[in-house]
Amino acid sequence: MDLKDLYRDVILDHNRQPRNFGALSSADAQADGHNPLCGDRLTVWVKLDGDRVTDIRFEGKGCAISTASASLMTEAVKGKDKAAIQALYEQVHAMLTEHDAEADASLGKLAALGGVSEFPSRVKCATLCWHTLNAALERSAAAVTTE
Amino acid sequence: MSAVSAAAAFDAERVRADFPILGQQVNGRPLVYLDSAASGQRPLAVLRAVERYETHCHSNVHRGVHALSQAATEAFEGARERARRFLNARSTREIVFVRGTTEAINLVAQSFARPRLGPGDEILITGLEHHANIVPWQMVCAQSGCTLKVAPIDRRGEVELDRLLGLLSARTRLVAVAHVSNALGTIVPVKRIAEAAHSCGALVLLDGAQAVPHTAVDVRSLGCDFYAFSGHKLYGPTGIGVLYGREELLEEMPPWQGGGDMIRTVTFEKSTYNELPWKFEAGTPNISGAVGLAAAMDYLESLGIEAVAAHERRLLALATGELERIPGLEIIGTATHKAAVLSFTLRGCHPHDLGTILDTEGVAIRTGHHCAMPVMSFFDIPATARASFGCYNTEADVHALVAALGKAREVFG
Repeated sequence: MDLKDLYRDVILDHNRQPRNFGALSSADAQADGHNPLCGDRLTVWVKLDGDRVTDIRFEGKGCAISTASASLMTEAVKGKDKAAIQALYEQVHAMLTEHDAEADASLGKLAALGGVSEFPSRVKCATLCWHTLNAALERSAAAVTTE
Repeated sequence: MSAVSAAAAFDAERVRADFPILGQQVNGRPLVYLDSAASGQRPLAVLRAVERYETHCHSNVHRGVHALSQAATEAFEGARERARRFLNARSTREIVFVRGTTEAINLVAQSFARPRLGPGDEILITGLEHHANIVPWQMVCAQSGCTLKVAPIDRRGEVELDRLLGLLSARTRLVAVAHVSNALGTIVPVKRIAEAAHSCGALVLLDGAQAVPHTAVDVRSLGCDFYAFSGHKLYGPTGIGVLYGREELLEEMPPWQGGGDMIRTVTFEKSTYNELPWKFEAGTPNISGAVGLAAAMDYLESLGIEAVAAHERRLLALATGELERIPGLEIIGTATHKAAVLSFTLRGCHPHDLGTILDTEGVAIRTGHHCAMPVMSFFDIPATARASFGCYNTEADVHALVAALGKAREVFG
């Protein structure tokens, strides 16, 4: 287990300066996510054109993995439709959970989260934002939880 | 021997040799175990006592006429006598074996509080309780209509005694308080609280889970009516704990689980119950757990609880001084009297990240809300990192913690 593999520069950068951070006024949907194990909480807002995400922002408190993952996610999904987002999430999930999985080149900056697979206790930190986005896309007002 | 000379004589390196698990490497580094407040490790004496029981004595307890059943019964009831001495209870009738502190508190909640409390009655707890000393009372309140009151804590993590005393009234039927806070380390002045509660006619339950490894407990001197603790915080096995209850109270309380061993006679029309303490021990108990717990009590007393406590106080003082010097580090819980628990946050580094980084250095700490979410809310933080010390920790462990925190600051610098 190499710490540098988990806390890559991209992660630390997005933790320190999360992109698309702060409430999105005039959002079409939002959802709250909570990881009760570590207390991480975040809210994801999306603006939609049909089933395409035209804008997305998030806000919350969490560890570096959870914050950076949310920040990277907002950059990655902007402009994509639900099907493309779902496909992307499946790629990300495979990268996070499969030991020695080769990060797909199409993941772009999200590949920086590849080190998480060596730290199983941290997978939930990285997936919280995706579950929350999914809830927002389903326009569910209910809070989601990783448990 | 005074506490000071006991501390000087305390040889933690020799104690470490009694704990085989501590000799291993984690992530290529020597293990530094600073999570004893979550669960203590077991010394060889405990492991061997359990092994000896399993390989020579095991059968079901009570009523058996064959040799093994008698040996198992003797071992199990011998453990009860050991626990009685450990707590200085009057009688083994006051020692109920349970799964742990949580089950002990639930037993009192369901068997003592639920049947006799109702609307207008109050249960008083404090702001530093573990969820195990909150939720069972919330359940009783929902079931019986009584009310839960909470005495606040201050910024140091001490119970505001005046406010607690102010909340005591003729309506207060039970005061349930942690002896030592698991999240903050605060040692609560429970004797004082018990006196005040009794003068109002309320009874007192003490959650001793975090206290028993660090302080000799004398239930009569503390003046409590119930005392609950778990074996595994005391260097014993998991799945075994003790509820002490004053005999007159336990006598009046109905059983809370029905089944084998807790009955005297059973017909389809009516059953009569066994006497204390077996009335509260339905089903086959955790026999080897009780044997291991008794061995853990022997072990801890052979080291000397006061000597262990003095050693841990020195480590706590050293660690507190070292951590206070780290820029951006804030110690959460700064009570005057603390057990060897050090909760903290580090600016710019979430406790969860801290836990991972320290783990890669072989340093095991706990991160999160420590089953004390209201404490986290009070300090307006989602979580803390918590280092806790036991009899086997050394100054070298403190230095390893400090070095690993330096690493975390490098990563998140």
